[in-house]
Amino acid sequence: MSEKLRDENKSHSDDHVVGKPFPRCDAKDKAFGNTKYADDYFLPGMLYGKVLRSEYAAAEILSIDPKKAEKLSGVRAVMTAKDIPHNETITRFGQTHTVGGFEGLYRILADKKVRFMGEGVALVAADTQAIADEAVKLIQVNYKPLAGVFDPIEALKPEAYKVGEETSNLVCYYKVRQGNIKEGFASSDVIVENTYRVPAQDHAYIEPEAGLAWIDDDGVVTIQVCTQVIEHFREIAEVLGLPYNKVRVKGTWIGGGFGGKEDITVETYLALLTWKTKKPVKLVYSREESIICHGKRHPYVMKYKTGATRDGKLMALEAKLLSDAGAYVYLSPWVLLYSTVGAAGPYKIPHIKIDARTVLTNNTFSSAFRGFGVPQVCFAYESQMDELAGRLNLSPLELRRRNYLKKGDATATGYVLEHYAAFPETAEKALAALGEKSKSKNPAVKIGQGIGSSMTSYGRMVFLHDTSRSYVGMEMDGGVTVRCGVQDLGGGQASSLTQIAAEVLGVSMDDVRVYVADTALTPIAGTTTATRQLYMSGNATSMAAQEVRKRLLEKAGEILQSKPEGLELRNRKVRMKEDPERSVSLKNVVKACASAGIPLFHIAQFNAPSRELVDFKKGQGQVFPDFAFGTHAAEVAVDVETGKIGVLKLVACFDVGKAINPQAVEGQLEGGTIQGMGYALLEDVILEKGMTRTPSFSEYLIPTALDVADVRCILLESEDGIGPFGAKGVGEPSLVSAAPALVNAVKDAVGTRIFDLPLTPEKILNAQKKR
Amino acid sequence: MKTYSIHLLLNGNPVRVDVAAQETLLDTLRNKLWATEVKNGCGKGDCGCCAVLLDGKAVNSCLTLAVQADGKDVTTLKGLGNEENPHPLQESFIQNGAIQCGFCTPGMIISAKSLLDENPKPSREQIREAISGNLCRCTGYKKIIEAISDAAPKGQLSD
Repeated sequence: MSEKLRDENKSHSDDHVVGKPFPRCDAKDKAFGNTKYADDYFLPGMLYGKVLRSEYAAAEILSIDPKKAEKLSGVRAVMTAKDIPHNETITRFGQTHTVGGFEGLYRILADKKVRFMGEGVALVAADTQAIADEAVKLIQVNYKPLAGVFDPIEALKPEAYKVGEETSNLVCYYKVRQGNIKEGFASSDVIVENTYRVPAQDHAYIEPEAGLAWIDDDGVVTIQVCTQVIEHFREIAEVLGLPYNKVRVKGTWIGGGFGGKEDITVETYLALLTWKTKKPVKLVYSREESIICHGKRHPYVMKYKTGATRDGKLMALEAKLLSDAGAYVYLSPWVLLYSTVGAAGPYKIPHIKIDARTVLTNNTFSSAFRGFGVPQVCFAYESQMDELAGRLNLSPLELRRRNYLKKGDATATGYVLEHYAAFPETAEKALAALGEKSKSKNPAVKIGQGIGSSMTSYGRMVFLHDTSRSYVGMEMDGGVTVRCGVQDLGGGQASSLTQIAAEVLGVSMDDVRVYVADTALTPIAGTTTATRQLYMSGNATSMAAQEVRKRLLEKAGEILQSKPEGLELRNRKVRMKEDPERSVSLKNVVKACASAGIPLFHIAQFNAPSRELVDFKKGQGQVFPDFAFGTHAAEVAVDVETGKIGVLKLVACFDVGKAINPQAVEGQLEGGTIQGMGYALLEDVILEKGMTRTPSFSEYLIPTALDVADVRCILLESEDGIGPFGAKGVGEPSLVSAAPALVNAVKDAVGTRIFDLPLTPEKILNAQKKR
Repeated sequence: MKTYSIHLLLNGNPVRVDVAAQETLLDTLRNKLWATEVKNGCGKGDCGCCAVLLDGKAVNSCLTLAVQADGKDVTTLKGLGNEENPHPLQESFIQNGAIQCGFCTPGMIISAKSLLDENPKPSREQIREAISGNLCRCTGYKKIIEAISDAAPKGQLSD
């Protein structure tokens, strides 16, 4: 068996760097308060920016009069749509639709029509923040309010209000067809049919959006910003009408992203204001502005019908998905594609029919959020599994065991799994870790346990032909420098590269300096999204380091009179494998290479496997490079008199491929699980006719230290991932199945199932009354 | 607009600064004294990342007027220690992997310091209570709680 499964407490050889729980390279500076975030930079003479935002969710802009604002002392610029060289840019998504030529529109400032409450209408730059704040209030906008549409089901009707300029609100429609759905249900003994709803979720990173822009000595528009995607520099250049190499984005250490800093936030506004004023400009969002204006996790309505035979074999799954894209397209087609491909879960089902649509409304737009369309469907398909298990008198684990996909099985889209799928062991281990059900001391408090399994991709869709690049070079003192354009969100993206380079080149993590996230100075490494950086940039860094290593070993071989294959690099020395006492210091090898003119650096490009675009009418083909497999287990205590849910235990068991840094992987699993817990129990962005009713952390509740249970992590290492050293990415997967595990635990405790998140005490009580 | 000249000890260093009547201590620290290790996450006292010690007591600096700090000791994360002379909490946060994005860390460590000053041997539940006003979106709190436990004098720890 090629898959090696090893448990948490495996031993580590002292010579290695990879696989050890070293403190991350960024930890010290953060602990001592030395790390600078986007809002911590200041420049002499800088101006302060402010965005005027629409008071209406749907309205026609009849006129904008900036004169009063312009006359205010200290105001240096007021800009509206007409002042922007290219106010609209178009992203083409390929043949993803049934409603004519589909294109995603990115509009910098509202023009003629306002689509959501909080949409940018005008920009101001002023000498102080107070003046900028006052100036936006003096801009006179004459609106004609329009009806708007706020419900995705309503928005689909032919007579519905049109959010944009198109003749339909439908953004796109995907289908998956496998087998024959009628036959599938005809051969099922038990059929479960339910409708599930999930709300919008806010990323609630603790650092609000911020940036500082200036024009450098060479006339390059430079933007220092907390972003997951420095490669937006091209889009910003297009908005300004500049060549790409006249715009530079420098990413800062990010105070959390989770997908919310994937789309452009402050950077275009900053570029425009600094271009217009020729002065440095700073722009920072307030928390309220952040919650109202950035994209959310998509709300979904999901109709599921699942059939199985009497002996617990899944026969048919039919799903109808409808997501609320909000006011602009942004990443909705991609998110929906992830939902469509993932809608059947990690199960082998012969007959599948999936219909998925996303539709524009006048709500705040939806876009990327950790899990990217998969947490929604996972909540539905894992709830369905427990409902089926109940009807079949099987345990939830047993029903899953009989249906989990294995390596070599075909997924819903006909893709045959090429890598190890860690089922049923992640489920068995997660459930076992909960132990015996806790005893309740209070008769009104019922205890329940539940599980949720998922397969979630890491790496971007294979038809996007993804690449990453990394530079690895030796310094003359034997130190190592890595340059790689990764954006570090706080997930350890930069640190994992230092650990990989250190392992390959036989130095300690402290010997490696990593420079990240600068479109002018670091090789472009792609986005920090889609759980792709360890996989993509980890591979690129490993490749670059291997090339440098090869040259070092060749030269050391001459010095030690050995074949390079007989040598290894450890502890800043090149030594004989057979006779470690015979060695030469890395520093001396570097010097010898330098004298001989051997290049001591290498830039490598890693190309992800690429495939043709899938057929969206039948939904067949390979969409993702690989998946992470895992299971969450939860134990809850539900008070049937108050509806209050206490989370007693949480377990996350994932095949991480290889834990490059076990402490960092645990951090991802713990944090992702708790974000999933927030999704299940607390978080709900409430919009009323497009107005955000939860614009602060006193209305929009995320888990505090008092709400959570300590997450027990169980790391399995199959070493069968496609990342460096066999690693898989788990940043997003770690969130996906937490919510259904909790929902299933509540059902186990009190016998009632809640079909719409979050599971508030109110819903529990109402459901109890109905019983 | 009336301004006041206030005097305070910032991490042990005497400073004099002119502030407006309604100016928050957070704005003064970040924009006038360049103490950018004090973070602004919400401006409303909901997230706790702007916490500082005011005469040894943890306060949200966004809810404190600068004039209220006149004549007082203000301690930020940087006042607790540095790489040469780290505070046990700083070392413990590093070793336990309690820091991910790091944006909540300055306030989190300040709240933990305030707790340990009052209660050197807190239970896990008391730690949870003490940091319940400090939001963290990355870690799920487990490693933070472990870091605070580890930094407390040894030989206690119960739930």
